[in-house]
Amino acid sequence: MSDNGAVTGGVIKYARDNIDTDVIIPGQYLKIHDYAELATHAMEGLDGDFHSKAKNASFIVAGRNFGCGSSREHAPIALAHSGIKAVAALSFARIFYRNAVDGAFLLPIEIGEDAYEGTSEGDVITIDVKAGQMRNETTGRRYEIKPFSEIIGKIIEAGGLFRYGMQQQQQQKQKQQQPGS
Amino acid sequence: MPRIVMNLVERILARASGRSSVSPDDVVFAKVDRAMVHDVSGPGVIKVFEKIAGQGIPTDKLWDPDRVWVAEDHFVPSAEKISAENIARLSEFTSRYGIKNHFRYGMGQYGICHTISHEEAMVMPGDVYVGGDSHTNTTGALGAFACGLGHTDMAYVLLNGQIWFKVPETMYFRLNGRLPGHVMAKDFILRIIGDIGTDGGAYRTMQFGGTGIEEMSVEGRLTLCNMTTEAGAKNGIVRPDQKTAAYLEERMNDAGGGTTAKVSLSRGGADYSEPDGAESDYAAVYEYEASELEPVVAEPFSPENTRPVSEAPSVELDKSYIGSCTGAKYEDLEAAARILKGKKVRIRTEVLPAAISIYRRAMESGLLRIFLDAGATVGPPTCGACCGAHMGVLGKDEVCISTTNRNFPGRMGHVESRTYLASPMVAAASAVTGRITDPREIVPAASWGGGGT
Repeated sequence: MSDNGAVTGGVIKYARDNIDTDVIIPGQYLKIHDYAELATHAMEGLDGDFHSKAKNASFIVAGRNFGCGSSREHAPIALAHSGIKAVAALSFARIFYRNAVDGAFLLPIEIGEDAYEGTSEGDVITIDVKAGQMRNETTGRRYEIKPFSEIIGKIIEAGGLFRYGMQQQQQQKQKQQQPGS
Repeated sequence: MPRIVMNLVERILARASGRSSVSPDDVVFAKVDRAMVHDVSGPGVIKVFEKIAGQGIPTDKLWDPDRVWVAEDHFVPSAEKISAENIARLSEFTSRYGIKNHFRYGMGQYGICHTISHEEAMVMPGDVYVGGDSHTNTTGALGAFACGLGHTDMAYVLLNGQIWFKVPETMYFRLNGRLPGHVMAKDFILRIIGDIGTDGGAYRTMQFGGTGIEEMSVEGRLTLCNMTTEAGAKNGIVRPDQKTAAYLEERMNDAGGGTTAKVSLSRGGADYSEPDGAESDYAAVYEYEASELEPVVAEPFSPENTRPVSEAPSVELDKSYIGSCTGAKYEDLEAAARILKGKKVRIRTEVLPAAISIYRRAMESGLLRIFLDAGATVGPPTCGACCGAHMGVLGKDEVCISTTNRNFPGRMGHVESRTYLASPMVAAASAVTGRITDPREIVPAASWGGGGT
């Protein structure tokens, strides 16, 4: 990650909607809680080559409702520990989205049809959250990304839900120590 | 502008976040009334505890161990060594933190977490209930805000007793009239998912109402709310009524009348049994006539691929699976038994009651005998093959009709196996013929009473 928070890397593209948690990490592996081992089974239900592809990629680009299905946190964990920094999709299922953010595993980036259509497997892209942009370095095109809602932005900035909670507590303490403020 | 009368889910989240009112898209930190983890999310939470302890966050005690309960369901009876070790870690966790409500397999009542939530009356109307499982939505049928969360969020709840939510918009599904006898709540929710898609309810509440829901049993309502998850909804909910209270009281009090606990439908000035405000406060209203509904199946590989059984393709089935939180409650087994009574199955058929209490009732009322006489296998409560974990998983090219909730690729086993989702009646009728079958083909329609399960 560069100083301004932008990330550059290769793309693995799944040009489909509804990529569900059963293919991201099949149910038989839910008993595994070793993150590195989980990563070896990431996307096994859809793409047996994912783990080797992920060695040269930082992003997944996909369609609507990415991560639908189960609440298993194994899903963002398996992707993150395969080296995925962000999933850029047309939309996300809610539990996957909040798991990715609250656990600070990876960034769920909502993109438009233009960015989705304009990105191909193997392209190099930069995701720059602060600038609200996704740049396709291979094609030279720039796309807007959907800004995070306020709470999501704050949790991401804090580094996950627990760190966000700690910050809130500290801020409250400071307020209490400053009577009249 | 705040509403004059808030929708049900808004009333619950306002009360839980200490506000006089909330509106959709407000972000609130809601106090949690009940929290649940199981043998997958429990070890996941333990892992999060280990991680944050390393960052200096205290993990020595829970916010309220009496409000936390633990289920063993996904990989029990232990599928292999690693799942046995996870169960041991769960036991160590509950004893270290003083959690008394731990439903252990082989030690009396246990079962699938969502089934335990209603069988053991673990959740009350108006509660904020969160669980480390996506089908936590199920329990919204009792009039609670019931929502599934991941491991980090559950760890946060267990330590802090609260969690953030964006107040959801409400989609309202009205069912007019009583379901016909051969149509089950499962058919209705599959129809809805077929209509709105697997992200049709995304980030929203799916609320069910109308005369058909008032007439429907609590177990039927549980089936509806259970599969709001497959529509992507944040939660499913039904306005609690006297039926809800009676259902819970029956489970809280012993049959001999020794205890007389009462269930309240209101709390802190909020009456959750009151109707919502204006129809225009809903994000969308869908209307269904019960008399027009019919048995449906969802074809591979998505719960939204629904079509009426009458138009289902002629495929040869290998197996019928009657199990899971979705399709193995008592009334589900009763409905399947109505079809299987005096018949023989033509394909492998597995029946797995969703909790020991249901298993016992099915034994006492003779349902288990009906299943065994028909040639089916009866197994112990477990999530089992529903999530491809163990006990009846599908091999390559195997085709299954199932009372479960998902049929994504590889959900029940091999990525090239195929699952058709259906009601317990359709799964039972199909077990008799070996192909997807309308229950009326096995038992004539003239013998059907009113439906609604």
